[in-house]
Amino acid sequence: MSDAGKRRGGNRRTRSDWEKETLADTLRTSPERPVGFTTVSDLPIERLYTADDLGPGWTESEKLGFPGEFPYTRGIHPTMYRGRLWTMRQFAGFGSAEDTNARFHYLLEHGQTGLSTAFDLPTLMGRNSDDALARGEVGREGVAVDTLADMEILFRGIPLDRVSTSMTINAPAAVIFCMYLAVAEKQGVPFDKLEGTLQNDILKEYIAQKEWIYPPRPSMRIITDLMAYCARAVPKWNTISISGYHIREAGSTAVQELAFTLADGIAYVEAGRKAGLDVDDFAPRLSYFFNAHNDFFEEVAKLRAARRIWAHVMRDRFEAKNPRSWKMRFHTQTAGCSLTAQQPLNNVARVTLQALAAVLGGTQSLHTDSYDEALALPTQSAVTVALRTQQIIAEESGVVNAIDPLGGSYFVEALTDKIEREALSYIERIDQMGGMIAAIERGFPQKEIADASYHYQRQVDRGEKSIVGVNAYAIDDEPHTEILKIGEDVERAQLARLASVKAGRNEVQLQRDLAALAAAAATDENLIPLMLACVRNYGSVQELSQALVPVFGTYREVSVL
Amino acid sequence: MTERADGGHVGDERKLRLLVGKVGLDGHDRGAKIIARALRDAGFEVIYTGLHQTPEMVVATAIQEDVDAVSLSILSGAHNYLFPRVIELLKEKGAQDIAVFGGGIVPDEDITALKQAGVREIFTPGATTESVIAWVRANIQPRPLGPT
Repeated sequence: MSDAGKRRGGNRRTRSDWEKETLADTLRTSPERPVGFTTVSDLPIERLYTADDLGPGWTESEKLGFPGEFPYTRGIHPTMYRGRLWTMRQFAGFGSAEDTNARFHYLLEHGQTGLSTAFDLPTLMGRNSDDALARGEVGREGVAVDTLADMEILFRGIPLDRVSTSMTINAPAAVIFCMYLAVAEKQGVPFDKLEGTLQNDILKEYIAQKEWIYPPRPSMRIITDLMAYCARAVPKWNTISISGYHIREAGSTAVQELAFTLADGIAYVEAGRKAGLDVDDFAPRLSYFFNAHNDFFEEVAKLRAARRIWAHVMRDRFEAKNPRSWKMRFHTQTAGCSLTAQQPLNNVARVTLQALAAVLGGTQSLHTDSYDEALALPTQSAVTVALRTQQIIAEESGVVNAIDPLGGSYFVEALTDKIEREALSYIERIDQMGGMIAAIERGFPQKEIADASYHYQRQVDRGEKSIVGVNAYAIDDEPHTEILKIGEDVERAQLARLASVKAGRNEVQLQRDLAALAAAAATDENLIPLMLACVRNYGSVQELSQALVPVFGTYREVSVL
Repeated sequence: MTERADGGHVGDERKLRLLVGKVGLDGHDRGAKIIARALRDAGFEVIYTGLHQTPEMVVATAIQEDVDAVSLSILSGAHNYLFPRVIELLKEKGAQDIAVFGGGIVPDEDITALKQAGVREIFTPGATTESVIAWVRANIQPRPLGPT
């Protein structure tokens, strides 16, 4: 009898009894299907999990604890979704500030509880709509924001003390955040009433998303300035959303997503401490952002492991004293890269399963992708189905009634442990390299992801991994799907607005403010108040970003194939 | 025509040379890297530009590297500007015999228009690397060697 069996007492039948006396006969007469039983990330999965798979050292009190208690494997709140449902937060942004403002109002009217802003590529790269590289990209993948004038329109009619706003922006995050603060000033909302999240996770840009301005080290300086400023002036703001989402979209495995994201988190905490901040002053405002991919149990296990690892890192490695520093809060988005252009309605089923994994993994907020997103930006009707999917999970399925309903499943606990172990081993390798910034500089996570992504694509090409409607059950003549079109007029209108803002602003004052910002880059002065002064005078994203380049330099990637 | 193991054809003077490029500000390089690697593993010579190239930079590299085709990956929605711009610049430089194809999130009606503008093929999400390799073998011929 196994140790675990003995521990629980009694002369129970063991797994090997079952294998010998029952399973073996069945396998002889009707063997298992000749497929690889692996997760989408290629982790092998056993036929059956029992208490033996939890290992001799596994104890419920150490590995699981109770909801709202260390190590938070079962969730960070004592009541979880019985107390409050997750925030349904659909990411939106396209075309002009007016277009996106209208979508925000639509989503709020339909029961969405928080805003999430997508910016266009020029904005994400710290470039104005009139920059040469912005041609053809203005307002395409998100909303175009050049100056405060655009932000004023974007949040028109939305009282900033009554919504929580998430902004997906990284390299120029501090600039856009200052514009948000300036809108709040104009609405008469004090900064300490503002709630929301700035993605502001530059490390994953070098690893996966590839939207950068400066090299890693000066970028970290802006981030620690922002952490220090918010701890003082905007205490309810989440300063960084440490993002695994893009790492996964770039083709990583679930373990890599978890490991690289946590290693990024460790790098931010280290940077904050080096900047002289007390860990308990800023750590409670760090939040995470994960991907919910196709493999249901792998995703649930990943999210449960994430909470447990972070709790240990914060308490044991960084010696945080405040339990709020130990609790990992996170947003989840379903996997855009899993959506297919073929038979797009199938994506509704994919998104439902992925969203269910996020909920059973204990997410604090959730974005569900729209079924038409492999074709174009989503239409209003597709966005509505995506939001309704969350509402059906919350209000019809019953999965919210008990906390962590999969906790205690031998399989889920064994998989949670395995993913935790493998992630910790990656984190150890990164520590040995000198931390995540050094690892990025030598291309380590980039290369690991490129290899995983190529490996998966080869499996799909060989038919070892199925994508329904693509390499299985494909059909030739697909019906037409209505898609959202962004007209050329968005770019023209945006250029006209930028020109008129530039003509109407106090240029002398702005140039003085920009010079002060540029000068401060070479000192230890906190850059945020200086940025705020520039944006109040309608300084543009590009003008502010470029002001720091003489001191900070620009980043060029060495491509890893 | 008989295929060689390296993806060229018997009697070819040299292997096909292909440029895989990312133009514009779009940082989604997963597809471009997979295609670059798959084409290389299929025996072609592949030059990958890296990110954030302008159409001018891509065309200059294509001519300098004497490639037979340029393959662009665009997921930013800017395909209607970037593909025609690359074709126009190749024409301006007298290099219109360099074929242009690509892939990305491109709606059907845009594909029709882009093909009329001279883009030879557009692959959309779900295309296998094998289908891209097969298409290249069937449709891209080595250009006559220029003066060295």
